[in-house]
Amino acid sequence: MSLLEVRSLERRFPVGKGWLHAVDDVSLEIREGECVGLVGESGCGKSTLVKLITRLLDPSGGQIAFDGRDIGRVPAGRFARAPERAQIQMVFQDPTDSLNPRFTAFDIIADPIRRLGQVARGGAMQARVRELAEMVGLPEVLLGRFPHQLSGGQKQRVGIARAIALEPKLLVLDEPTSALDVSVQAVILKLLDDLRRRLGISYLFVSHDLAVVRLLADRVVVMYLGRIVEAGPVAQVFASPGHPYTRALLASVPRPDRRSDQSDGRPRFRLTGEARSPIDPSPTVCRFFGRCPDGFERCEREMPMLRSDAAGHSVACHLHA
Amino acid sequence: MSDPPIPLLAVEDLSVEFRTRGGVVRALDQVSFDVQRGETVGVVGESGSGKSVTAFALLRILDASARITSGRAVFGGLDLVTAGEAELGLQRGRELSMIFQNPRTALNPIRPVGRQIGDVLLRHANVARADVKRRAVELLAQVQIPDPARRYGAYPFELSGGMCQRVMIALALACSPALLVADEPTTGLDVTTQAAIMDLIRELALRTNMATLLITHDLALAAEHCDRIVVMHAGHVVEVAPATALFEAPRHPYTAKLVAATPHGAERLADLAAIPGGLPDLRGELPPCRYRFRCERYAPICDGPLPRVDVLPGHMVACWKPL
Repeated sequence: MSLLEVRSLERRFPVGKGWLHAVDDVSLEIREGECVGLVGESGCGKSTLVKLITRLLDPSGGQIAFDGRDIGRVPAGRFARAPERAQIQMVFQDPTDSLNPRFTAFDIIADPIRRLGQVARGGAMQARVRELAEMVGLPEVLLGRFPHQLSGGQKQRVGIARAIALEPKLLVLDEPTSALDVSVQAVILKLLDDLRRRLGISYLFVSHDLAVVRLLADRVVVMYLGRIVEAGPVAQVFASPGHPYTRALLASVPRPDRRSDQSDGRPRFRLTGEARSPIDPSPTVCRFFGRCPDGFERCEREMPMLRSDAAGHSVACHLHA
Repeated sequence: MSDPPIPLLAVEDLSVEFRTRGGVVRALDQVSFDVQRGETVGVVGESGSGKSVTAFALLRILDASARITSGRAVFGGLDLVTAGEAELGLQRGRELSMIFQNPRTALNPIRPVGRQIGDVLLRHANVARADVKRRAVELLAQVQIPDPARRYGAYPFELSGGMCQRVMIALALACSPALLVADEPTTGLDVTTQAAIMDLIRELALRTNMATLLITHDLALAAEHCDRIVVMHAGHVVEVAPATALFEAPRHPYTAKLVAATPHGAERLADLAAIPGGLPDLRGELPPCRYRFRCERYAPICDGPLPRVDVLPGHMVACWKPL
């Protein structure tokens, strides 16, 4: 059963004389307990989409159904009092910037419970925060420390404990490991994977690191200039990417087994040129046209629509059979 | 066998300390490596391992609280450690250039980017004042900035992160340096932009036989683009090896862990290794091997002075019990 169902979601921002189409006709679904990876370049609309789903921004059109209720209709300013508010939580990219420097780890984790939870103060709260710290592998002695007294990995554990404190159904992870060293990244990724299995939470995992998405997500959604260009099961998208943009993304991931000065027989696939403007884009031109190595005349007169195969792998490209 | 060529840069036993309120931080300890002409050498390690301090020490742009306590860094016959400011000023920007991690803060925010390139040309390149603009536009075109004549007058805030980094590269390459020090040149950029920037550096390096010292925390990136890799841990060089050998058969336990923690090779999340513990506190007494407390192979022999073992020609490991 699907936990989150986004249909034809749109968000436009006024800029000068026109409209910037940050999110344009986006539909996606996250099932219960599923981890969906969201990838794309900066400026592709990932963050706007996340803000729409976490209801920090109001959509310009479309629906956001969460657990069967259209939360897209609740104005962002009033969502803090909606019953779904506690069900959707977020883990941020930079654990330093996203923790209150004047709160101890204990208070940071207890804060959402105090605001939105039902746990009584005193002993019950103490026990709950300790339980959460244990779940994320944060030693209890660190609960009295302030963020600046913690390492990057420890801070991210505090951020995760805070996010799961209210037993949410959906966790939005915005580049949760990109500020961490590889040595710590592996630990945090394993922790996230373990928590999902234990608690049955669904994840929307936003990342530009495709190598990480491949390891954590069940399905992946690729965005380009506000639109979804490809979506499908991780294994299929990585093994046989259907959209030229996805192919370019995958070709850009550094691979230690492929030396830059030695050609492996095939030319390296690189994107050239600049992206089209997201301001008042033509509804009849493929957004990737101009940067696409395979673009042809039809791409300039007809916007390709997402078409799905039996396995749920969908691609928006005229060239994809 | 012929004698090995004289390296373009030879760093020998370089040590750097920082005086802080909490005590003296021994950020670099006896760091040694060299860079040949035209070669790309990667310096990898976790944050706090001393990668950037090494780069900053080479250009002598360390913080005022830092002191180089020992060692030499001979670059084209000049010891960068003891050279005077006047001598250094002639080298920096001309023979020795650097690109910084955050291009937007490294560029002057209130001067058009083309003018900033022009400043370098006027200072170092013997370009006539009348030709400066034309040459700067050429350089912008060389780093594949679209519409370079228009972008000449752009301010850094008007350009994307990738474009700012291209400007930084144009600035660094304005005088065809012999050595480019690139400190995390693509961190924070998109993968597609990262690939384009790395291709660009590689291509320009090949064309002008420029050597590159690539400082990065991304082992996969280093392995793909570098000829040789220097692995640093807590201010020590723990392993130096050709990129392929380092990735396929790492000999230092720390390098092996780093390789296993890099997600690119792993099939499943479970295959990903974690490195236990963190970097040691670099203040106060430290054991000869600073990896000792995190190392699974620790034995009493490791308390002896840190060895430098050449396990193969060109493959050095600072370990008593290499893999």
